Amino acid sequence: MSDKEPLFSAKNRKLLKNPLGSDNPITVQVLGICSALAVTAKLEPAVVMSLSVMAVLALANVIISLIRNTIPSRIRIIVQLVIVAALVIVVDQILKAFAYEVSKQLSVFVGLIITNCIIMGRLEAFALGNRPWPAFLDGIGNAAGYGLILIIIAFFRELLGSGSIYGFKVIPQAFYDMGYQNNGLMILPPMALITVGIIIWVQRSRDKSLIESN
Amino acid sequence: MNTQSNTYTFLYASVMVVIVAAVLSFAALQLKPRQTRNIEIEKKQDILKAVNVASTPENAEELYSKYIVKALIVNSEGTVTSDDKNKTFGVNLKIENSKKNVVERKLPVFVFEKEGVGEKMIIPILGKGMWGPIWGFISLEPDGKTIYGATFGNKGETPGLGAEISKSEFQEPFTGKQIFDEAGKFTSLAMVKGGAADGNPHEFDAVSGGTVTSKGLEAMLQDNLSSYEKFLKSSK
Repeated sequence: MSDKEPLFSAKNRKLLKNPLGSDNPITVQVLGICSALAVTAKLEPAVVMSLSVMAVLALANVIISLIRNTIPSRIRIIVQLVIVAALVIVVDQILKAFAYEVSKQLSVFVGLIITNCIIMGRLEAFALGNRPWPAFLDGIGNAAGYGLILIIIAFFRELLGSGSIYGFKVIPQAFYDMGYQNNGLMILPPMALITVGIIIWVQRSRDKSLIESN
Repeated sequence: MNTQSNTYTFLYASVMVVIVAAVLSFAALQLKPRQTRNIEIEKKQDILKAVNVASTPENAEELYSKYIVKALIVNSEGTVTSDDKNKTFGVNLKIENSKKNVVERKLPVFVFEKEGVGEKMIIPILGKGMWGPIWGFISLEPDGKTIYGATFGNKGETPGLGAEISKSEFQEPFTGKQIFDEAGKFTSLAMVKGGAADGNPHEFDAVSGGTVTSKGLEAMLQDNLSSYEKFLKSSK
C-alpha cells in the first residue's frame, strides 16, 4: 500500500459500504446481538448507542492500529480491552460533564459498549493488521452497519410496542378508540431477537450469495 | 526489539496501565467540577418539578433560589434541627436512610412559596427499584397530608416498563392523594395492579410489567415518608 493511495479509493469505500449490507456485523457476522436486544425498545437510546459505538470503535481502531507493531501478541486481547474500556470511560465522563441529558440516557448502556463483540472483533480482525486510516474507515463502516440494524429494529419495536416514533405519538387516538392496543410483547427482548431473525431472513432471500452452500 | 519476550510483555503491560491510569484520572479530575454542578442543577430541577415548576438547566438555579424560600432539616420527633438552606440541600439520603436509629436521621424539607400557588413542602425520597436506585420528590399541601405533586427518577429501570415511573403520565395522578387516613393515621400509598379504584386517595396504579419497580416505589414512599409522620402532623 503506497502513501499516495487516494483517501477514498475503491478499496477504502468498500470498508465503509460492505458492513452496511453483505458484511453486516449483526445480520451476517451475528455479533453484537446482546446490545441489539437491550437498547432497541425505543429509537432514541438506539441512536445514542449507535453514535457512541461509532465514536469508541473508530477511536479504538485508530489507536490499536497506531500501536499494532508494538503490542506483544500474547497480551493483545488485554491491551485491546484496556484501550476500549478507557475510551468508554472517557466518553462517559465527557458526556456527563458537557451533555448531561444525553449521558443520563446512555449511562446504562456504557457497560454494554465495552462488552460489544463487534468492537473486539474489529480490533482483532482488522485494526491489528492495517494502517490507521483504513482502520478508521472500517470502524465507522461497521458501527454504521450496526447502527442501521439497531435503528430498523427500534423503529418497529417502538412503533408497534409504544405507538410512537422517536417519542412522538404516531398512531392516532381514533385507532385506540376502535380497540387497537399497543403490543407489549414488542417491548420485551424476545421480540427483538425475532425481529433480528426476520431481518436476516429478508436479507438472505434477497442476497443469495449469503446462503451457505452445504 | 523482540516483542515476544517476557520482559518486554511485562514492561509493556506496566507502562500501558500507568499511562491509561494517568489519562483517566486526569480526565476525571478535570471534569469533576462540571459534573457535580450538573448533578446539583438536576436536583434543583427535580425539586422544582415536584411543585410543577418547569425549568431548564440554565434557569434552574435562579428559579430555585426564588421559589424555595426555606429549607429545613427535621428529625423523626418532628423537631427542626437546622434551617440552613445549603446544609439541607447537601443532605445525602443514602447515608441518612442507612442509619439504623431513625431518630438520628436528618430529614430534609424544602419549603416552596409562589404567589397564586401558596406554600408547599417538598420531601426528597430514595429507594430501590429493580436494577438500581429510584428516587423522587413529593410535594405536600400545607396540611401535611395531601400530595400536591410528585416526581420520580430512576437509574436503570427497564425502558418501557419500570422506567415509566419517570414519565409525567405516571406522576400526575399522584396529585390529590392522601398519605394520612380520615382518622389521622399515617397510611402512605399502596400500589394496585390493574389500576387504583376510582377516587381511592390511598392507592396508586402499578406500572404494568414493572411490578418490582412499583413495589420498590411503594416501599420507598412508606419508608421515607413514615419518618416525617410527627413533623407533618405538627404542621397542620
